[in-house]
Amino acid sequence: MKRPWLAHLVLLPLGLAVAFPFFWMLGTALKTLPETAVFWPVPRTPQWANFATVWQTVPFGRYLVVTATAALGVTAGVTLSALLAGYAFGALRWRGQHALFGVYLATMMVPFEVILIPNYLSVLRLGWTNTFAALIVPWASNVFSVFLVTQAFRSLPRDFQEAAMLDGCGHAQYLRRVAAPLVAPALATAAIFAFLGSWNALLWPLVVTDAETMRTVELGLSKFVEAESNNVHLLMAGSVLTLAPVLALFLALQRRFIEGLAAGVKG
Amino acid sequence: MVGQRRQGLTALWCLAPSALIVGGFHLWPLFYAAWVSLHDWGLAPGPWVGLANYRELARDPLFRQSLGVTLWYVLGTVPPTLALAYLVAELLHQPLRGRAFYRVLFFTPYVVSPVAAAAVWKWVFDSATPPLNHWLARCGLDVPNQVWLLQPRGVFQLAWEVLGGRWPDALSGAHWLAGPSLALCCVMAVTVWTSLGFAAVVLLAGLSQVPGDVLEAARLDGAVGWRLRRHVVWPLLSPTLFFLLIVFTIRAFQAFNQIYVLTPRGLLGRTSTVTYYIYETAFMAGGKGPGFGSAVAFVLLGIILALTALQFRLLGRRVHYGGRA
Repeated sequence: MKRPWLAHLVLLPLGLAVAFPFFWMLGTALKTLPETAVFWPVPRTPQWANFATVWQTVPFGRYLVVTATAALGVTAGVTLSALLAGYAFGALRWRGQHALFGVYLATMMVPFEVILIPNYLSVLRLGWTNTFAALIVPWASNVFSVFLVTQAFRSLPRDFQEAAMLDGCGHAQYLRRVAAPLVAPALATAAIFAFLGSWNALLWPLVVTDAETMRTVELGLSKFVEAESNNVHLLMAGSVLTLAPVLALFLALQRRFIEGLAAGVKG
Repeated sequence: MVGQRRQGLTALWCLAPSALIVGGFHLWPLFYAAWVSLHDWGLAPGPWVGLANYRELARDPLFRQSLGVTLWYVLGTVPPTLALAYLVAELLHQPLRGRAFYRVLFFTPYVVSPVAAAAVWKWVFDSATPPLNHWLARCGLDVPNQVWLLQPRGVFQLAWEVLGGRWPDALSGAHWLAGPSLALCCVMAVTVWTSLGFAAVVLLAGLSQVPGDVLEAARLDGAVGWRLRRHVVWPLLSPTLFFLLIVFTIRAFQAFNQIYVLTPRGLLGRTSTVTYYIYETAFMAGGKGPGFGSAVAFVLLGIILALTALQFRLLGRRVHYGGRA
């Protein structure tokens, strides 16, 4: 296509339409209650105090701590287990390796709904309701990230490993000093998706927690939506607080996000 | 190789953490769910009932309704997302100022908190005075009392009535003829908004893999515009399109978050998809419990597998893998 202005003519309105809800959210979050009935997105004087009000009415601080702890726990688990399992599948040779990898790949097809109920029953039996264990352990490893890191290990030249081993480098040392930095891009992609998935999860925390002190932001916000539909400005302030951390992370790492995703889905 | 045995032992240690979790929480539950679904499992584990849950399911009007809702949802989200994403991807697949900016812009809804996004949409569509009605009035479309997310009636019926027709009482029993509810259509719009950027980025990656020399050769042979797309670009893009079609269909079958936040309790079933129904029946008071819920989940799994197999059979042969060696 030789006419970029034509592309802008389509992309700009469409892009603005996509971004509009975010501006609308932020604008409303900074309005007074009477002002929310005026359908102009920009507030007359920004009410920064709305954020403080939300912070005090709803334990958002607590929600954020719970969510961040769970998300970081899941991310650490996924990254570490994917590094180790990827090494086993992608760099080592052992009997039954292909068969087990096949089982892993087949597990990727099992949808969340099917394992939701049995996992809930397991959590009940383990006595994990309202604990971080329930939010973290079941998702501290996944097949997608193992697959991603295995592919990265397979693309490394085998000479590296053989040379390192001949030099008397053990598996642990080779993994830490040589291999981990080389597969870092795949690990980063796995980490980003693990973090995002955990932060944005709703159905699982909804099922395994009911104590206010163990609510994630997503869950807390969804309860807030039910309770505060009249105080729209506070509701939007709460929404801004919920999505700001992830949005900041995304904007900081957007290249990694988008390209990691494109690379990840292509396998 | 001498180290084979030692490698086996190392592999065992390396695999242990991942295998414990994947095995214990992702694979084993599949079999456990099958076991649960064959029991009369309500608040507490009950006796073996064989296929009774599945038989009950076949007669359950709420399940049938949720299946209908899900099918509408698939039809109303997958094709529009792919079409719009292709448009965006093709426009971005050229040297363009602000290309990176657009990419981030379209992708943002996909990463941010779905509940926060749903909260703002919920307000746009529904409040005592929905902003949407105000904006529509500005555009000359005055609908002062229109409700959106609380409108359980079908869009075909509503459109018919707007045109001045009267919906025959004889049809009031046939929900599917009235079309998806207006509430569900709003949820679909939000879903398209969410997944557009993801699809566009994947398609863009697909487009950039179309080999330049193939395009050049086709151009030299006189293929331009639609002919170039139809005979060269689309066949080469077909693996990507096929991948997205499968992934989005599966995701549409799993839709939960938007429905949970946007519509109150599935709006009497008119927006409750199968996954929402599983949640309602297995976890909420008055539901039939985990036994029945697991049966629903298995039927859903069967439908997803069957549909994926069907897509492979119908379209798989037309997917052209030659371009990606």
